[in-house]
Amino acid sequence: MSATTESTGRRVLAALRRDPLAVGGTIVLALLVVVGVAGPWLAPAGVNDVDVDQMLRPPSGAHPFGTDELGRDVLSRVLVAARVSLQVGAVSVGIALVAGVTLGLLAGYYRGWLDSVLMRCMDVLFAFPVLLLAVAIVAVLGPGLLTAMVAIGVVYTPIFARITRAGVLSVREQVFVRAAVSIGASDLRIMRRHVLPNIAAPLIVQTSLSLAFAILSEAALSFLGLGIQPPAPAWGRMLFDGRGFVTDAWWLGVFPGAAIFLTVLAFNLVGDALRDVLDPRQLTLGEARRSTP
Amino acid sequence: MARFVLRRVLQSAVVLVGVTLVVFLLLQLVPGDPVRVALGTRFDPQTYDALRERAGLDQPLPVQYASYLGHALTGDLGVSFRTGQPVSAIVLERLPATLSLAVTAVVFALLVAFPLGIVAAVRSGSAVDHAARVFSQFGVSVPDFWMGIMGILLFAGVLGWLPPSGYVALTDDPGRWATHVALPAVTVGLVTASILTRFIRSSVLEVLSADYVRTAEAKGLRNRVVILRHVLRNALIPVVTVVAVQLASLLGGVIVIEVLFAWPGIGRLTFDAVQARDYPVLQGAVLLVAALFLLVNLLVDILYARLDPRITVK
Repeated sequence: MSATTESTGRRVLAALRRDPLAVGGTIVLALLVVVGVAGPWLAPAGVNDVDVDQMLRPPSGAHPFGTDELGRDVLSRVLVAARVSLQVGAVSVGIALVAGVTLGLLAGYYRGWLDSVLMRCMDVLFAFPVLLLAVAIVAVLGPGLLTAMVAIGVVYTPIFARITRAGVLSVREQVFVRAAVSIGASDLRIMRRHVLPNIAAPLIVQTSLSLAFAILSEAALSFLGLGIQPPAPAWGRMLFDGRGFVTDAWWLGVFPGAAIFLTVLAFNLVGDALRDVLDPRQLTLGEARRSTP
Repeated sequence: MARFVLRRVLQSAVVLVGVTLVVFLLLQLVPGDPVRVALGTRFDPQTYDALRERAGLDQPLPVQYASYLGHALTGDLGVSFRTGQPVSAIVLERLPATLSLAVTAVVFALLVAFPLGIVAAVRSGSAVDHAARVFSQFGVSVPDFWMGIMGILLFAGVLGWLPPSGYVALTDDPGRWATHVALPAVTVGLVTASILTRFIRSSVLEVLSADYVRTAEAKGLRNRVVILRHVLRNALIPVVTVVAVQLASLLGGVIVIEVLFAWPGIGRLTFDAVQARDYPVLQGAVLLVAALFLLVNLLVDILYARLDPRITVK
């Protein structure tokens, strides 16, 4: 098993190295992680340093991304907000991955009534447009970083459950699984040691693509005032606050939006490249949602 | 075919009941008393008691749900905590605005995606194909509200061609409606077009490699005839599904765009309900959108089964 995993890892790395778009996406992601970790130290000014004499100043040497309606440095806020986006993306996709894989494993492995009940629950969640359900959940639980992460995690759970279940249904019929059953291995051991490693490829691809969608969803929730609360900076919220000034102060619209776009693009490029290597037949998250009845 | 339709209708009905349960439970998730939270500083005991009783919150949970389901089946979604108006009337009043935006966006998306997707597939590897792939990647990565802000900046701010926001009903003044819908529809439509382009391209590419296409070419049919008669006819069947589901998702998925452009549709209503903590209106809007989403999915499945009879066998 370890030799196979190692060779798959090498194959993926070699394929990613050959794809210039994937290399570009990986570099952007690496830079983002650095900015996410070191953002507060890289920022040239404090994110909440209000300066009424410097309100709505265009980009300059002192403020490369200009200043906002309170005179705060936009570059500093964009840099520090990277952490929020990455954090929400990682935690919400982590929630969706753990919940979805668990439910998909149980449904696919035990089948029967448990499968029917769990998958009908997933169908119910699929019946809601993603952002609408996330908005509704955050609205009732109260806006904030934690609730945004939980809401996004919940709405992306069904896609992981479906992918896992489909994989389990095919793997559980394989000879090595039947052999494990015949020697008396426990269900938990079979799922952990034999099923999960063999359905990992589509899950890795889906995780990468879901990170892009989770960051977009977080930006949308922040834009609606349902993400992290002011004065903490978030890219979506910066766009919302700046939308009234955008015809006079273009930099308030351009830079936070460009940061979201670059981040999502990087995750999509890496996700697409991973899909081409690991699971060429898998649809993107958007395609899967839209083409699934 | 009849059995397939019946099975899909039953499945959809079961999911719809599940949807009503989720929507009902949303109100139960509100920390504290939802009526007290909604009334806030406007609290007075008489209004409070009346709203609690009207919402059935003094009943046990299963009774509340049975009552909610029963009323929902007759179109009664309760009353707004804010205005006291029936929720179904409030939500239906906003439907035309959302519908006009969603349909315009999808029409725009089709006008872009069909030629681009088909040419990209037929001339695979060409400059058009590369442009189509860049466009697809751009569309799935760009936040639609950012594109909207850039649109406002360019077309309303710099060029002054279009209003930055606002709404005029199509029935009141078609000309002014067109100028107001243009920016939000193009913003939403470009994202939809990028998804459709990718799908149409891969669908046409798949059919192009089919045996019957090779046979048609071997018979000496002209390229144009092969594409129009054999390739497109078969390639566009799965695209029907994607187009319809895109339309359905736009009916409830354009909250941010409706907020940005002050478009008084269901998305804007949802946002206002969240701000005002008007939970019955929020529930009503979410339920209507999910029900529409299910209905469109059901109709698409039936249409798809008619276009491709192999589906019913599967």
